[in-house]
Amino acid sequence: MIRYFFTRLASAIPALLIIVTATFFLMRAAPGGPFDQEQTLPPEIMANLQRAYGLDQPIWTQYGRYLKSLLHGDFGPSFKYKDFTVTELIGQGFPVSLQLGVMAMALALIAGILLGTFAALHRNSMADYATMSLAMVGIAIPVFVVLPFLGILFGVYLHWLPVAGWESGSIRHRALPVIALALPPLAYIARLTRAGMLEVLRSDFIRTAFAKGLPLRTLMWRHALRPALTPVAGYLVPAVASIMTGSLVVESIAGIPGIGRYLVQGALNRDYTLVLGMVVVYSTLLIGLGLLVDLLYAWLDPRVRH
Amino acid sequence: MTPTLNVQDLRIAFSHRAGNIEAVDGVSFQIGPAECVGIVGESGSGKTQIFMAAMGLLAGNARATGSVRFEGAELLAAHPTALNRIRGSKLTMIPQDPMTCLTPHLKIGVQLAEVMVTHRGTTWRDARSYAARMLERVHVAEPRRRLNQYPHELSGGLRQRVMIAMSVLCEPSLVIADEPTTALDVTVQAQVMELLRALRGEFGMALALISHDLAVVAGLADRILVMYAGRIVEVAAAAELFRRPRHPYTAELLKCMPTIAGPRAVRLPTLAGQPPRPGEVLQACAFAPRCSRAADRCRMERPELVGPADAQVACHFPLSHD
Repeated sequence: MIRYFFTRLASAIPALLIIVTATFFLMRAAPGGPFDQEQTLPPEIMANLQRAYGLDQPIWTQYGRYLKSLLHGDFGPSFKYKDFTVTELIGQGFPVSLQLGVMAMALALIAGILLGTFAALHRNSMADYATMSLAMVGIAIPVFVVLPFLGILFGVYLHWLPVAGWESGSIRHRALPVIALALPPLAYIARLTRAGMLEVLRSDFIRTAFAKGLPLRTLMWRHALRPALTPVAGYLVPAVASIMTGSLVVESIAGIPGIGRYLVQGALNRDYTLVLGMVVVYSTLLIGLGLLVDLLYAWLDPRVRH
Repeated sequence: MTPTLNVQDLRIAFSHRAGNIEAVDGVSFQIGPAECVGIVGESGSGKTQIFMAAMGLLAGNARATGSVRFEGAELLAAHPTALNRIRGSKLTMIPQDPMTCLTPHLKIGVQLAEVMVTHRGTTWRDARSYAARMLERVHVAEPRRRLNQYPHELSGGLRQRVMIAMSVLCEPSLVIADEPTTALDVTVQAQVMELLRALRGEFGMALALISHDLAVVAGLADRILVMYAGRIVEVAAAAELFRRPRHPYTAELLKCMPTIAGPRAVRLPTLAGQPPRPGEVLQACAFAPRCSRAADRCRMERPELVGPADAQVACHFPLSHD
């Protein structure tokens, strides 16, 4: 198992390299550059700028230089936010985005698993149909509709919660963006849990557990939950990816000072280093999560360990 | 004396799109304390469903009427909480397929110990050491090591021994063994039957031995019930049933048993025809279409199970052995 884990860890490095390379050349293939403005700069100034940032070099030299600095943990200077390095920009926003994402993911997992289990235990009842219809709505409505709707309802009309903004330590500011961000993965996790649970509840070992006279709660917790969660484990990486892309929208609608905006603005501004830095951070997170999911599988089902 | 299990006029029907299907059609019998009763019949004859009803494990679309009393307490209408006090401790089950009946992600020790923790309120530590002693009792080598293993690390025979140990942990009054050897290979089968016999002697529990195989039941049962199409067709003391079967179906089943003594080249006799399809409503004797002795009366009128408790037969023209 440990050897397998390190093999997987080693294979993450070429994966990351491929992602960085693809992003690097795709960004360069897009028309325009970081210093293009509505008013064209005089050619001498443009040439100076290009030289200062090394953009006058052949593209392969630039690529080599970027990889070299990346190896030293340096994402380079931002092309647009001229007084900041990419590391500084990400370092400021990342804790905010991480907090938002972790809270949304936790909410999606806890509520999704509870709802799915509830629906499976009340299979084909009104409660089951109601839960699953709600889940369908959650999957179908995009975040950029849900968040403004929640804002109008709970902020504008009911005055319960702030519509936007982010104050450190304020739960009330986090409520709406976290809920909006959690909703689609929550709904999907609920459906996966229900399906997994229904299959497990039909299995022979659950019949044995009933025959042993175990109380329902013990039976569900100890015997049914772990095998029922295998499909959910497979969905974890896509779920985090969906929360990452969702956070781009949520952060800009709710005015949250995270890193989501850098990816969109960076791409629009042709801020090459900023976009690359964001891609490295996001893909490292996802690849690392994939490794964790492998370990999770081994915990959910000991037969995987061999 | 109160019988350990008292089944009266039990009917089990499964609701289905095509209508109701009667799996068990008015069955009554008793199992006395420390008695071993064999229940024999082909698949679909309803033999397993009777005990599923007793354990409260019927499928969601099944409906059971009648009465199933365990040591005087009604089980059919019992609340799950009340049922949980009985099943797993006083009334236990050894399932058919030991490969799929243990929870794959829990260690053997947990699965055994939780029975003691749930029913006796012991600590996990005490429950584990008791479980280890019980594993030793059912001839599992290195019981301490087994407690820390997962089900997939054990062979089929070992897993069945674990299930057997689990069934006797709380000194039950009745153990239901549902085809306990069907999924095992022949040499292991004999060991498992021998183990059941020894445990019966030790714990003095009653045993309901369900099988489609008369040979499995033969060595252990005091009394045998033969089932056909959801009804009991014959009840007899085991020795008597083998020597003098009275129902034609029992007689045909006995002919189908291979013997070591007979000539080998002879093709094993089989029972011609099919049992009635589930859901078929029968006014007549269900066995009549396959019976060589069937007369007009058998196709018009259903025979009732009559006779003293240990020698009943449901047949208009039972075989006589005078």
